Amino acid sequence: MQRIPTAIWTLTVGVLVTLVAIWVGNHVSLFPEQASAQAPLVDDFFKLMLMIATALFLLVAGTILIFAVQFRRRPGEEGDGVPIEGDFALEAYWTLIPAVIVIVLGVYSVQVFTEMGGFAVGGGGGNHLLMGHQHSATAHLVSDEGESSRPKYGFGGSGEPDVTVTVTGMQYAWIFNYPEGIVSGELHIPVHKTVQLNIKSADVIHSFWVPQFRLKQDAIPGQDTVLRFTATKVGDYPVVCAELCGAYHGAMRTRVHVHTQEDYEKWLAENLAAQNPDMASTVAVNTDHQ
Amino acid sequence: MAQAQIPISHDMSVVPENHPKAWRWYHYFTFNTDHKVIGIQYLVFSFVFYLIGGLMAVVMRTELYTPDPDVIDPNLYNALLTNHGTIMIFGWIVPAAIGGFGNYLVPLMIGARDMAFPRLNALAFWLLPPAGLLLLGSFLFGGAQAGWTAYPPLSLITAPMAQSMWCLSIVLAGTSSILGAVNFIVTMAKLRVPSMPWDKMPLFCWAMLATSILTLLSTPVLAIGLILLLFDINFGTSFYKPDAGGNVIIYQHLFWFYSHPAVYLMILPIFGIMSEVIPVHARKPIFGYRAILSSSMVICFVGLFVWVHHMFTSGTPPWMRMFFTISTLIVAVPTGVKIFSWTATLWGGKIRYTSAMLFAIGLLIMFVVGGLSGVTLGTAPVDVHVHDTYYVVAHFHYVLFGGSVFGLYAGIYHWFPKMTGRMLNETLGKIHFVLTLIGANITFLPMHVLGTQGMPRRVAMYDPQFTTLNQICTIGAFILAFSVVPFLINVIWSWRWGPKAGGNPWQALTLEWTTDSPPLIENWHQLPVLTHGPYDYGKQRAEV
Ligand code: HEM
Ligand SMILES: [Cu+2]
Ligand SMILES: [Cu+2]
Repeated sequence: MQRIPTAIWTLTVGVLVTLVAIWVGNHVSLFPEQASAQAPLVDDFFKLMLMIATALFLLVAGTILIFAVQFRRRPGEEGDGVPIEGDFALEAYWTLIPAVIVIVLGVYSVQVFTEMGGFAVGGGGGNHLLMGHQHSATAHLVSDEGESSRPKYGFGGSGEPDVTVTVTGMQYAWIFNYPEGIVSGELHIPVHKTVQLNIKSADVIHSFWVPQFRLKQDAIPGQDTVLRFTATKVGDYPVVCAELCGAYHGAMRTRVHVHTQEDYEKWLAENLAAQNPDMASTVAVNTDHQ
Repeated sequence: MAQAQIPISHDMSVVPENHPKAWRWYHYFTFNTDHKVIGIQYLVFSFVFYLIGGLMAVVMRTELYTPDPDVIDPNLYNALLTNHGTIMIFGWIVPAAIGGFGNYLVPLMIGARDMAFPRLNALAFWLLPPAGLLLLGSFLFGGAQAGWTAYPPLSLITAPMAQSMWCLSIVLAGTSSILGAVNFIVTMAKLRVPSMPWDKMPLFCWAMLATSILTLLSTPVLAIGLILLLFDINFGTSFYKPDAGGNVIIYQHLFWFYSHPAVYLMILPIFGIMSEVIPVHARKPIFGYRAILSSSMVICFVGLFVWVHHMFTSGTPPWMRMFFTISTLIVAVPTGVKIFSWTATLWGGKIRYTSAMLFAIGLLIMFVVGGLSGVTLGTAPVDVHVHDTYYVVAHFHYVLFGGSVFGLYAGIYHWFPKMTGRMLNETLGKIHFVLTLIGANITFLPMHVLGTQGMPRRVAMYDPQFTTLNQICTIGAFILAFSVVPFLINVIWSWRWGPKAGGNPWQALTLEWTTDSPPLIENWHQLPVLTHGPYDYGKQRAEV
């Protein structure tokens, strides 16, 4: 039988690995449904990394296993293997390939991060908005922090957000304060609108996470943070505390309700009527519809 | 080359006739200054703590079999969680890899009679038992509950007494590491046999050198962070108290400035073990000696600039998130170089499937998985989603469990004959390997999915939708717990009755194999002379 040239082997393996990697990238979904404008960015990025990782895993683990079998000591065999100590070209090659992959991923992640608003923290929008509210009738509700520290950390954006909510984490609950004077134990927001959360902590560090939004930001005592996003799908999703905050950390859960614009306005109106604004900052009312 | 400027207790070249040949068992419970005794003290100490930490993990996994906190109280869960993490790091990997293997092997590998400062060495070890007792004793006061990261303000307000004991314990362990690191650097610089130039030093020693440098640069920072925490808890200072002008983020920087490099510090010695075990059992020179040693040094350097990737969702300004994304990704390159070099070492070999080699290959596979998930975590956009979830737990157990447990077992199977003079039973070793490999993957693989789907880490209760995957993880953990049994039987039985090993059962070429097994007290009657490199398999060698 004629020997099959190495080039053909390499090509076949390359094509197969690529196909499997692409298949895995497109069919293995580890993430929950996408419900924010940021989610597809993160997921596409992850998909690319999953493909690369699959390909690398198959190549490296496959090579290890093939070598492990091919070069096993056969019974009765004595002596040593071939004394190869290194190969500069080969070493340079496998330093450069990962370096290139890593640089591509680095650049891509900067781009995704920019689109997610990671660079616009505390930019004109958030600050402007806070000042805007200072002049409005409900100023005391938004700015009850009493300090001028504007958030430096989190995810922001430019321009004014459509909705701003102050989120306070405490052991073991999230409290949401609306500029209109509503206080709620669950987050209600309209779909397709930019929402800015100003996140505070009343005691220890908590972390505001909505898995379906792919966004997370710590609530840090003494330092406000922001999280700006646009929900893209009506529904309700879990709000999870992701930073260890005490014994009942695992029970620090609530929900975010993404409404249509009309439903959201209806919710606002109902709650404005139901709640006494003077008690707003001290009492948390669970405003679920049931 | 100027050698032996540091006087050690005996004549450098010949052991006097009336010298005792070996230590007795009770010497292992004393302040003994022999590096081999200290190495074994470290190994046994750390293995006991591994079992304790593992027991804690099993209790946690049992709790997580159901969504409700029904087996143990959530406070106790957090105490177990905190101490499991702390013990596995400061009581298991660091003492076993650095203290145990480092002390036992470095002097033997470079042809020295002992470490440069034997008393300091013994002192470094004896700081650990009190550290361990403080940690376990803290359970009498409720146990520290703020996680092994101990972020304030949580650590300031829960279980103050236990948290203080925790801080002191880590500071003691850190002091021990610093003393050890100084000793390693001086030993390697000054006590190599005259015939061994730097570039003939075994790669394990290079790894220990990189580790020691990293320890010296980073551990003091952790100590400072923890001492300030101790002051905040007990003496009314307010470094980290936000309502009194303190800053909670500072702590995170101090903590991770140590604790991220600590990950490399744990893994580098294990890479060192890999670089010794693979060539011997594959009968091949290590592929790319220089590439491997320089990648250790690059990891050691770049490792100091990646700590903020633990803080992407915390108080981290945008430019920092990007800087640290890039630097974190860069670490993947030297790590990849090592993996490729070990793989290439297998090529053209005559591989013996000893238990040591099986564990080494198991490590390679586990590490590839952990490394690839590490790349995804290193990029800020994905990390924002999965930070503080089970995805991270999966990742670091692939790296730390895969890295440490597989690597250390590989090392134990490889050097046990040297340490005890007896061979381990290979059949039991293979059963042990299979159970460990299967158990580890059943335990940790599903955790990736749990994390991306929405299960945060450090929780005693979770949403019912995650039940099935959690039950799989728990069953895996039971298998892992059981996997220790054949190992323990093997070690205890073989130590007493195993077949005699002889000086060099694997026909290895590094210097530790040129003396008796176990080595006599001053290691050699006459110091060895290097006649070939550490990995000259398959080459023409002058017989020694
Ligand atoms: C023996 C098998 C092991 C099992 C079944 C196991 C299981 C676990 C579990 C269930 C957690 C808690 C996860 C959470 O709630 O966040 C955990 C945390 C942790 N484990 Fe392990 N583990 C094992 C071995 C190891 C090893 C060998 C290491 C390191 C060398 C290690 C290091 C850690 C660390 C650092 C944490 C984090 C603690 C914290 O969040 O403060 N584990 N492990
Ligand atoms: Cu919380
Ligand atoms: Cu929490």
